[in-house]
Amino acid sequence: MTTTIIPPAPAPLSAERKSREARRRFTGSSITTLTWLLAFVFFAPVIWLVMTAFKPESAAASNPPVFFFVPTFEQFEAVLANGAGAYFLNSLIATGLSTVLVIVLAVPASYALSIRPVKKTSDVLFFFISTKMLPVVAVIMPIYVIAGQIKVLDNIGTLVVLYTAMNLPIAVWMMRSFFQEVPAEVLEAASMDGAGLIKTLRTILIPMVTPGLAATALICVIFAWNEFFFALNLTAANAATVPVFLVSQMTSEGLFLAKLSAASVLASLPVVIAGWVAQKQLVRGLSMGAVK
Amino acid sequence: MATTLVDKHNLKQHQRRKGQDGPGMSKAEGWRRRGPLLPALIFTIVITQLPFLVTIWYSLRNWNLLRPDGNQFNGLQNYVDIFKDSTFRSSALNSIVITLGCVFFAMVLGIIFALLLDRKFRGQGIVRTMLITPFLIMPVAGATLWSISMLNPSFGLVNWVISLVGIPPVDWTSQHPIVSILMALVWQWTPFTMLLVLAGLQSQPKDVLEAAQIDGAGWTKTFFWVTLPQLRRYIELGVLLGTIYVVNTFDQIYLMTAGGPGTASANLPFYIYQRAFLGFDIGQAAAMGVVVVIATIIIATFALRLIFRSFDAKD
Repeated sequence: MTTTIIPPAPAPLSAERKSREARRRFTGSSITTLTWLLAFVFFAPVIWLVMTAFKPESAAASNPPVFFFVPTFEQFEAVLANGAGAYFLNSLIATGLSTVLVIVLAVPASYALSIRPVKKTSDVLFFFISTKMLPVVAVIMPIYVIAGQIKVLDNIGTLVVLYTAMNLPIAVWMMRSFFQEVPAEVLEAASMDGAGLIKTLRTILIPMVTPGLAATALICVIFAWNEFFFALNLTAANAATVPVFLVSQMTSEGLFLAKLSAASVLASLPVVIAGWVAQKQLVRGLSMGAVK
Repeated sequence: MATTLVDKHNLKQHQRRKGQDGPGMSKAEGWRRRGPLLPALIFTIVITQLPFLVTIWYSLRNWNLLRPDGNQFNGLQNYVDIFKDSTFRSSALNSIVITLGCVFFAMVLGIIFALLLDRKFRGQGIVRTMLITPFLIMPVAGATLWSISMLNPSFGLVNWVISLVGIPPVDWTSQHPIVSILMALVWQWTPFTMLLVLAGLQSQPKDVLEAAQIDGAGWTKTFFWVTLPQLRRYIELGVLLGTIYVVNTFDQIYLMTAGGPGTASANLPFYIYQRAFLGFDIGQAAAMGVVVVIATIIIATFALRLIFRSFDAKD
């Protein structure tokens, strides 16, 4: 009979439970330690870069490496005194203007691919994305030759146009994914009230997708700020951007390694901070809106 | 199922919108809809497609800036020449090795990091911030950081670390140029795959996981039978987008090895750049560009449609 089954003694049970609990907690904390350890190893090059930037040049390229030193701002001052400001200004103009232009073009385009879709929407979308796969190196020669002929080599405007083309497909895909989240009822109500395209965009859609606009702009800023290939080939003294400046600071012998590191830190700082602040938006942008 | 990403509400909305633009859409309405699209579309066509047409034109010409008598039409000769060119073939192979190697290792590391991050622990936010940072560092800065501070044979940090366990110093960028490039690339791209996989993990329905646990599935069983299938689409998307971005790698090769020693570590973008801007052989460089574009289009059309379809319930 079932009633004859003796219930397990309470004492051993609780001991077993306790030990299982303890084991679980131990596993948990060792996984946490492992996580921190791996993260530290992965992050170490960044720490090393920042440390080197604050070293005097004599301590930078040394064997064995120097871990303790008196930090100095000497290198940062040297970089700024070296005319870095002009390059930063060029990067700021190229990044800022191209991002504004991308948004201005992408918002109406993605509207026409989501809210009131054109025929063959998916063909248009795949056309946009396919331009991302076009290797830039395959178009650099004509761009170089044409830019030379119409006298826009070493001109910030050229970079603005190219960066706009580079980021536009990503922005169209991304903004479209945000527009698709706008409930149809809201739009129907607007059209019943007789609101036109501009009015609907301005009063209803844009406010609703503002977080999306910010995420899109962030991705455009990251890619434009870091772009090197066009800047290397199409600019010289006047329009060179920060990555070009950085390369000009590079010597293979490690002679000015601390200064190069300081320049690297300054060059990366704007995007690093923007990315840290907007971590949540990053994944959606990088997946062109596919992953929410 | 696709509905986990595009919620049902939106699906319905789509069907409704689709219904609006049935075959009966008038011409005027068609143009009214096309209007907002045209500026972006025309801009993209002019800036990306027209130069490519010019590239095709160049590729059919015998144009070397160093030979003033050149620049005549010479048919497909450039294409014949580049397929005889062993450096073109080795660069193509390097492109494949570097792209697949980077995407594979970045994906493995990304999955590990994402799994470790997908649980509550002290300092979770800080660890995630640390792990995404390499992606945000300017690639040019990352490349110089790796080639000089990390991998320099006499004062690089990596050689110091391996010397602690008694391994003699290695001249990384000259002896193992592709490995060096891969280190910098994997470091830069792991955060990207990690973020995608993490998004996939966090979209897992918790009740399914609990059900698996109640059914007595252990950690490994849950991972291989529940988590991994759920992650598949995210991994595919990461592989595809990672490939698109990484196949065009130029910065790291230009700065870390300059394609060397010799042309041992040149990939196609770098080799084409060399032929065009250092060798001034516009015709051949253009022909290589055309070949690369055709290859990319063939590979990508299949993969792209396949993968985005699973995310976009509309198709």
